[in-house]
Amino acid sequence: MDLQTIIDSLSLEVITPELDLHREVTGGYVSDLLSDVMGNSHEGNIWVTFQIHINIIAVASLKGHSGIILVNNRKPEAETLKRAIAENIPIITTTLPTFELVGRLYALGLRCR
Amino acid sequence: MGNAEEGIFFLTGKDFTNAGAASSSLKGILERRGVPQDIIRRTAIAAFEAEMNVIIYAVAGMMKYRITDTEISVTLQDMGQGIPSIELAMTEGYSTAPDYIREMGFGSGMGLPNIKKSTDSLVVNSVVGEGTTLEFMIRLKAGE
Repeated sequence: MDLQTIIDSLSLEVITPELDLHREVTGGYVSDLLSDVMGNSHEGNIWVTFQIHINIIAVASLKGHSGIILVNNRKPEAETLKRAIAENIPIITTTLPTFELVGRLYALGLRCR
Repeated sequence: MGNAEEGIFFLTGKDFTNAGAASSSLKGILERRGVPQDIIRRTAIAAFEAEMNVIIYAVAGMMKYRITDTEISVTLQDMGQGIPSIELAMTEGYSTAPDYIREMGFGSGMGLPNIKKSTDSLVVNSVVGEGTTLEFMIRLKAGE
């Protein structure tokens, strides 16, 4: 599924408009534990998290994620944002809490894979 | 492919801004060499976990890598607090990380188990108060 389509469907806010959002989302993963994400998420996944510090970009980049969605209207730290653009990892936010967001992603057809 | 390649990255304890840079560079090198995706994925997991351990627990350290036609070997050596019980440290869920590290989503006690799962061999040696050496290897070709 196309990332831009997901963003449009759920009215998510893009924090990194300079990055191309037409990229394939293979599935989704939710966790605030970075080792869990490293070990269990997949390439092309959209990663849903509450974490906003710079190391989330290293994780997303190493795993080849299609993007990061921050929940509960969380905003990335300034350094995180800079690194996200440099590493070509789109950051998206939503006012929705995790449960609501993930339910909608699932309804769109995304799965954990 | 064809020739062996080796190198070294230096790591600074508590430098969270650059944490992951060594693992990213190593991943880039493997991609350039045309190493299979699954091997790159496993190496990235192990390298990142090991790199973060140095950042979180040590004053300084280094990551050395050597890539041949048959395997990738990575050694992390640090000047740090050391690990009192490697057996405990290898137990999933066991962690000595302070609260502020846990709040960042590290210190879940999955680091060393993740490295073990992702690699073909893992050796950890540690002296409390001096430092830790962690060495892992991932085969590029099946069966030695």
